[in-house]
Amino acid sequence: MAITREEVLHVARLARLALSPAEVDKMKEQLGSILSYIRQLDRLDTSGVVPTSHAIEMGTPFRDDSVEPFGQKEEILKNAPDREEDFFRVPRIIED
Amino acid sequence: MAGIPVHAWTLIEAARAIRDKEISSRELTRALLSRIERIDPKIHGYITVLPETAMREAAVCDEELAGGHTRGPLHGVPVALKDIFCTKGVRTTCASRILDNFDPPYNATVTKKLREAGAVLLGKHNMDEFAMGSSTETSRLGPTRNPWATDRIPGGSSGGTAAAVAAGTCFAGVGTDTGGSIRQPASLCGVVGMKPTYGRVSRYGMIAFASSLDQGGPIARSVPDAAVVLAVIAGHDRRDSTSVDIPVPDFLAATERDVKGMRVGLPREYFAGGLDASVRESVERALKALLSRGAQAVEISLPHTEFALSTYYIIAPAEASSNLARYDGVRYGFRADGGTGLIEMMSRTRGEGFGAEVKRRIMIGTYVLSAGYYEAYYGKAQKVRTLLRRDFTEAFSGVDVILTPTAPTPAFRIGEKVDDPLTMYLSDIYTIPCNLAGIPGISVPCGMSPDGLPIGAQLLGKHFDEEALFAAAAAIEREIPLPRLAPLEE
Amino acid sequence: MAFEAVIGLEVHAQLATGSKIFCPCPAKFGAAPNENTCPVCTGMPGVLPVLNRRVVEFAIRTALATSCKVQERSVFARKNYFYPDLPKAYQISQYELPLAVCGHIDIEANGTSRRIGITRIHLEEDAGKLVHAGAFAGAQTSLADLNRCSVPLMEIVSEPDLRTPEEGGAYLRRLRDILVYLEVCDGNMEEGSFRCDANVSVRPKGRKEFGTRAELKNMNSFRNVEKALEHEIRRQIGVIEDGGAVVQETRLWDADAGVTVSMRGKEEAHDYRYFPDPDLLPLHVDAAWVEELGKTIPELPGEKVARLSSRYGIPRYDAELLSSSRMLADIFEASVAAFGGNPKVTANECIQWKEAIVTGRLPPETIAHVVEDRETGTISATASKTLVEMAIETGKPVRQIRDEKGLTQVSDAGALEAIVTKIIAGNPKEVESYRAGKAGLLSFFVGQVMKETRGKANPRVVQEVLKAKLE
Repeated sequence: MAITREEVLHVARLARLALSPAEVDKMKEQLGSILSYIRQLDRLDTSGVVPTSHAIEMGTPFRDDSVEPFGQKEEILKNAPDREEDFFRVPRIIED
Repeated sequence: MAGIPVHAWTLIEAARAIRDKEISSRELTRALLSRIERIDPKIHGYITVLPETAMREAAVCDEELAGGHTRGPLHGVPVALKDIFCTKGVRTTCASRILDNFDPPYNATVTKKLREAGAVLLGKHNMDEFAMGSSTETSRLGPTRNPWATDRIPGGSSGGTAAAVAAGTCFAGVGTDTGGSIRQPASLCGVVGMKPTYGRVSRYGMIAFASSLDQGGPIARSVPDAAVVLAVIAGHDRRDSTSVDIPVPDFLAATERDVKGMRVGLPREYFAGGLDASVRESVERALKALLSRGAQAVEISLPHTEFALSTYYIIAPAEASSNLARYDGVRYGFRADGGTGLIEMMSRTRGEGFGAEVKRRIMIGTYVLSAGYYEAYYGKAQKVRTLLRRDFTEAFSGVDVILTPTAPTPAFRIGEKVDDPLTMYLSDIYTIPCNLAGIPGISVPCGMSPDGLPIGAQLLGKHFDEEALFAAAAAIEREIPLPRLAPLEE
Repeated sequence: MAFEAVIGLEVHAQLATGSKIFCPCPAKFGAAPNENTCPVCTGMPGVLPVLNRRVVEFAIRTALATSCKVQERSVFARKNYFYPDLPKAYQISQYELPLAVCGHIDIEANGTSRRIGITRIHLEEDAGKLVHAGAFAGAQTSLADLNRCSVPLMEIVSEPDLRTPEEGGAYLRRLRDILVYLEVCDGNMEEGSFRCDANVSVRPKGRKEFGTRAELKNMNSFRNVEKALEHEIRRQIGVIEDGGAVVQETRLWDADAGVTVSMRGKEEAHDYRYFPDPDLLPLHVDAAWVEELGKTIPELPGEKVARLSSRYGIPRYDAELLSSSRMLADIFEASVAAFGGNPKVTANECIQWKEAIVTGRLPPETIAHVVEDRETGTISATASKTLVEMAIETGKPVRQIRDEKGLTQVSDAGALEAIVTKIIAGNPKEVESYRAGKAGLLSFFVGQVMKETRGKANPRVVQEVLKAKLE
């Protein structure tokens, strides 16, 4: 089943993955064969079958509305690739 | 245990020796650290080794013991974790460039439970990047080598853990299994590996690949060892909404249970023509072992088996594409240089930070969830998943456990399948259905190939019936004693 | 050609729970950047969400108060997109199976009553805030504060039943009042705890099909919503009358310029790739729980307005003002009940001192006591105002202040007779002019008596006594 180059680029953009032209070509080929393979599911009649959206279906676990501050702000910020005081800093969105 | 080097002891033997003060935790830990230093360069099971902190922890364990206090069943025993479990203060990388320097701000529940049981953490094991792979070749840090033949893969994605256990560089490890990633490497490395029922072990702090399929579980050199480790890491966790609130049974006691009258299902779809001869032979030996102990063989069918791989390769990448979206260079991990603006920063970060297999799966996952395709792929796969679960429910109405091969072949050569993803995915055909159904599965060594490569048999059980699996696996282990330590030259 | 507008409103209400929806961090507003965060709400690798029960309770009560059907089973879904204020790169929301559906709110606008449908109510988590560094446009970076991540939100979507901006305003105000009554939300648009987006289209009057709609965002007050709707409706009609077609797009309201501005080209079409969140099990709400929560629903604003105006005979407008706060309405009713006094006067007093009452700065019996004292003539209207101000300031009971400051007025005619007689005797010329027909001089005499009594006489009574004596 063919997947077009445009589709590959579109999906890559949705997934925020920068791919080199060589990667795009390879992806097109490999995704194409994987997607062909998985279309085998079309052979199965699944009318009336309830989808399994969750691995287990049991009573919803809740937590009480009690406040427990984590209280270790530095731990949250310590891995930041770029920061300004207590903010995470990122490049601005370039508007087209 | 005169004459047997300490690294060859089982975990239970090591724990007892410490408790009985025949050896200190420090001596044991030092022995393993020096073995890691000598042996690990040959197999590369470890990403991070923690000599100083391990010795400090061992010292604390020895002091506590001297004061008459034992924390738990693993007191003073050195173990290690797949580098997918968050360990606060110790970098946790998932073998990915994108988490190269990530220092978690918290500990995984599995990490906490091991510590509370008194274990000493030797280090973090190599793995396929983000647990995506069946050979531990997609690790950014380079492949792990099978200690039985270092030109071969150890299996994956918990290949580092299985190899380290088989090489005697830890007494046990904890891996994760999404489509076979504990069982398959255990089989290829000649050790025991179990994926418990979904919901048995907390996923809090276990970096997510496919949330509805991932489970953490033990890899060890004996069935009782695996039972002890599972008992430590299992249990309800209020931080994990998918963890089940039921008591943890006495898994160790289950390894002593009789298998007389146990009905062992043999699914015809797993024994089709074309199965590797030595694998078939080994699994038949496992069956004979069970029959000789009074079990009965029952032929069964799991009719939708052929659709399991496709179902898995829709659901797992879909969930992964969403779980891995948080790696965007904003709050932690690698951030790419250059580029103008936010979107480019994120795209380059992810393009450069992820390896090829991870990118491939993110692409598949994004595609099958995207507008216009959701029903045809994801929606459909969710329904087929129901059919696969039903196959097992129906089968288990007539049998207690199911016996199958774990992997279709013994370990293949490093580099052999790397360029062909689909062929690589086929390594998981026997292990995948178990994750889709959420049932438990164990791999136990039952033979060797003519080349001297380990072969394991897989046992599958009903939801939350790990005990039956431990009983059957222990019986096989007793009947088929096999060396559990790879003969690496020193 | 006559046009009519078709308006649907989408409200996001921040729920006033103590902790966030999926983690125990404080859900408070106004902390230092990234103070109220933890590994879960900042999307660290390996974390998992756990649902806050009270969030569900608040949503169920809202559903009941708006006559919605609470679904026994609803599902959390992931809405996937990339943005620095969204740590997991997905928002946990509800998509195909929301918590509640098919309700309504009754409103009054332009003298007509209308029933506005509610399509659905669902739960989701809020995102953080992105602050643009530097005040100048050339700033190269943005700063992310994740405090607000995972604060619980309830999204309430109306049917496109609204037809005018006034109806839109009435709907929002009524909805806000309901949420405040239930104590599930602060209802503060300016602070962002109550947000509104609008979907607007126009069509020729009488046509059944909807026109193309535009989505309006960035309206931060009820008044701005009304203004934005007004403007957009006119704009769309203008486009059509000029022979053009309305484009489906998102437009931002610019309050300063008074116009809506297109966002097209700046916003890429989002493919959110919704799927059920595997980390959260389906939400089951049984009938018993719903019933139990049903008992906690107070009298709602609509009911209260109707009841106050009919029971107390006060104008609907006053009843609406009183009903804007449960506390205010309760004080009003308690005050009337306290001595069976004049509801209209009591209502006026409550409305006048509304601010102090709802902020709890007015001791509860104050209104009842001042109204009663005025009715009995014990104090003058002027004194009443002074007394209430002092009660607010000191927190003391108003009658205590009245006695301490000697603010009672003399209303006893007999007590005033002597003074009236004295004033009449002392101003013979004016008396003659008055008796000759200059009725206006009455106020002169009243003034003199008031001076003599240092303002303590009840002017009404003084007037009566004067009139009697001057005949």
